Amino acid sequence: MVNEKQHLPQSKDSAILRNLKYRSASQNFWFSIMWLAGLVTLIVLLLVIGYVIVQGGRTLNWEFLTTAPQGGLSGEGGISTTLGTTVYLVLLTLLIATPLGVGAAIYLIEYAGEQGLTSPVMRVLISIANFAVETLAGIPSIIYGLFGYALFVSTLRFGWSLLSASLAGACLVLPTIIRTTEEALLTVPDDYRRGSLALGATKWQTLYQVVLPAAIPGIITGIILSVGRVISETAVFFVTLGGSHRLPTSIMDGGRTLALHLYYLAMDTNAFDKAMGTAAVLVTLIVLINLVIDIISRKLTAKVRGG
Amino acid sequence: MNGDAISMKKHGGVEHHMSGRMIADKTVKYILFISAILSIVIVLAIAFFIFRESLQAWAEIGFSDILFKAVWRPGQDQYGILAMVVGSVAVTIGAIVLGVPLALGSAIFLGEIAPKGIQAVLRPAVQLLAGIPSVVYGLFGMVVLVPLIRQVNVPGNSGYGLLAASIVLAVMILPTITSVAEDAIRAVPDSYRSGSLALGATKWQTITKVVLPAGRSGIMAAIILGVGRALGETMAMIMVIGNSVVFPKPLTANPLTFFFSQARTLTGNIAVEISYATGVHESALFATGVVLFALIILVNASARWLINRQSGIQTTRQG
Repeated sequence: MVNEKQHLPQSKDSAILRNLKYRSASQNFWFSIMWLAGLVTLIVLLLVIGYVIVQGGRTLNWEFLTTAPQGGLSGEGGISTTLGTTVYLVLLTLLIATPLGVGAAIYLIEYAGEQGLTSPVMRVLISIANFAVETLAGIPSIIYGLFGYALFVSTLRFGWSLLSASLAGACLVLPTIIRTTEEALLTVPDDYRRGSLALGATKWQTLYQVVLPAAIPGIITGIILSVGRVISETAVFFVTLGGSHRLPTSIMDGGRTLALHLYYLAMDTNAFDKAMGTAAVLVTLIVLINLVIDIISRKLTAKVRGG
Repeated sequence: MNGDAISMKKHGGVEHHMSGRMIADKTVKYILFISAILSIVIVLAIAFFIFRESLQAWAEIGFSDILFKAVWRPGQDQYGILAMVVGSVAVTIGAIVLGVPLALGSAIFLGEIAPKGIQAVLRPAVQLLAGIPSVVYGLFGMVVLVPLIRQVNVPGNSGYGLLAASIVLAVMILPTITSVAEDAIRAVPDSYRSGSLALGATKWQTITKVVLPAGRSGIMAAIILGVGRALGETMAMIMVIGNSVVFPKPLTANPLTFFFSQARTLTGNIAVEISYATGVHESALFATGVVLFALIILVNASARWLINRQSGIQTTRQG
């Protein structure tokens, strides 16, 4: 702005100068509004997280983490069994979803192109598959819950159980794993593939020994994102996992995750302090997960920049 | 790994090894193909099962009685979901009105204005906001927002209701809209900006007259994705909206008191009642799911169309 002013001779039309002043004042005004928007977003985050951590922190202690909840309407007890159920459910869900999701992504990125070139039927099928992944990502979780309830809980008679919940959960995180793996595969340079193929390796040998190792950090990011998704999810498990406060002893047993426990405490009991304590644990886990993902992606960009 | 094959002198040995590798190559390809197709199977299965379970309700209660009647009394076999449709739409509009200006402001700030250092703080913050479980937002709403809203002196105001739900939802869709809109803004080529600045426009003029119009499709898509998220949110809504099945209406003569009215969303209706519902009641809940599913597919399809129109990015590597 300052430079432009100096270039304008004083004798010339002062309307231009006025116009410049007006435009720069308008810019200053709107820029402050945008700064405010950014600031408000940050404040909202700090407010929610700060409130939960400070209020919940009062309930948090070793005993709270290691005692079992009593269930029912009392709201007494800790969260140990819900922590256990959460771990079981995360492991089981990812055990199902990871191989399927990574496999689908490998096919869609590494094979779909050549398959599409050879056969029009395949090309259509592949574009439908891409559309399906997109659709899955947009379906609200309660619909996954309904689906899990209709198929796994009722039709297949798995009941409210870890099995039903993890199968429904696997459908829920599948698009996340597929998309992040796809992105990871796309960042692996083509030279890697050509080099390996030129040495006489087959396509799968190339993928398994060259491409996948290079894509591992991105794939791990997807898996960690899914861990966060399962930890945070409530609606799906609300209708597929039952809600027992006991620790499941087999995959046919029901249970409640941390997030579900929070919900039951807040809605069915007056133990808001315990609910807040559970919320603090949840938020801490999510912050940790975000930190880990941040570290991985920083390393990734550093590697890409370093060639 | 290929050492064995190379050290083999006999021609046949190499060939034998090659064919083994080829078989593995083919087998893997088919296994991967099946996992790629699985997404299609799941989408179809979801549509099939939800629709199949809802058939009884459509047949016994009737299409128009479900969609256009506002009385939901499972005890008397009345299953109109209109009040829930209105509830869902009202909180979504509320969340959009409150959340979109803030989200777009943040997106413009992040994409065009913020210094690098502030970007480095705000961007992870937005990501974190997206990761916080919905029950935590719900609890925050119950413990902080609801008591605050209850202070407003309107007869019948419990604190729970559309206003609390709209505010909670606005915060929940904020990160989605912000990050997708920011992507759209950053996808606008720098040459557009340079061109505008070279013509003497200020930075703000460049943003409003060049960058935002160029990123229009992506920004609209961000808002529509936010709408999709808002329509689909379940647990946080149950926690703060009051879950009344009565048609939401103003509590007094002042129409603004509509937002103090309790309500129920389509999602909440399903979640609250599915665990004990049987027979036609259960089927009516699946019918609620069908309506929600149809709404979401419509919303997401339009978002997808808009995003593709702007970027046309190809995700498949031509192997």
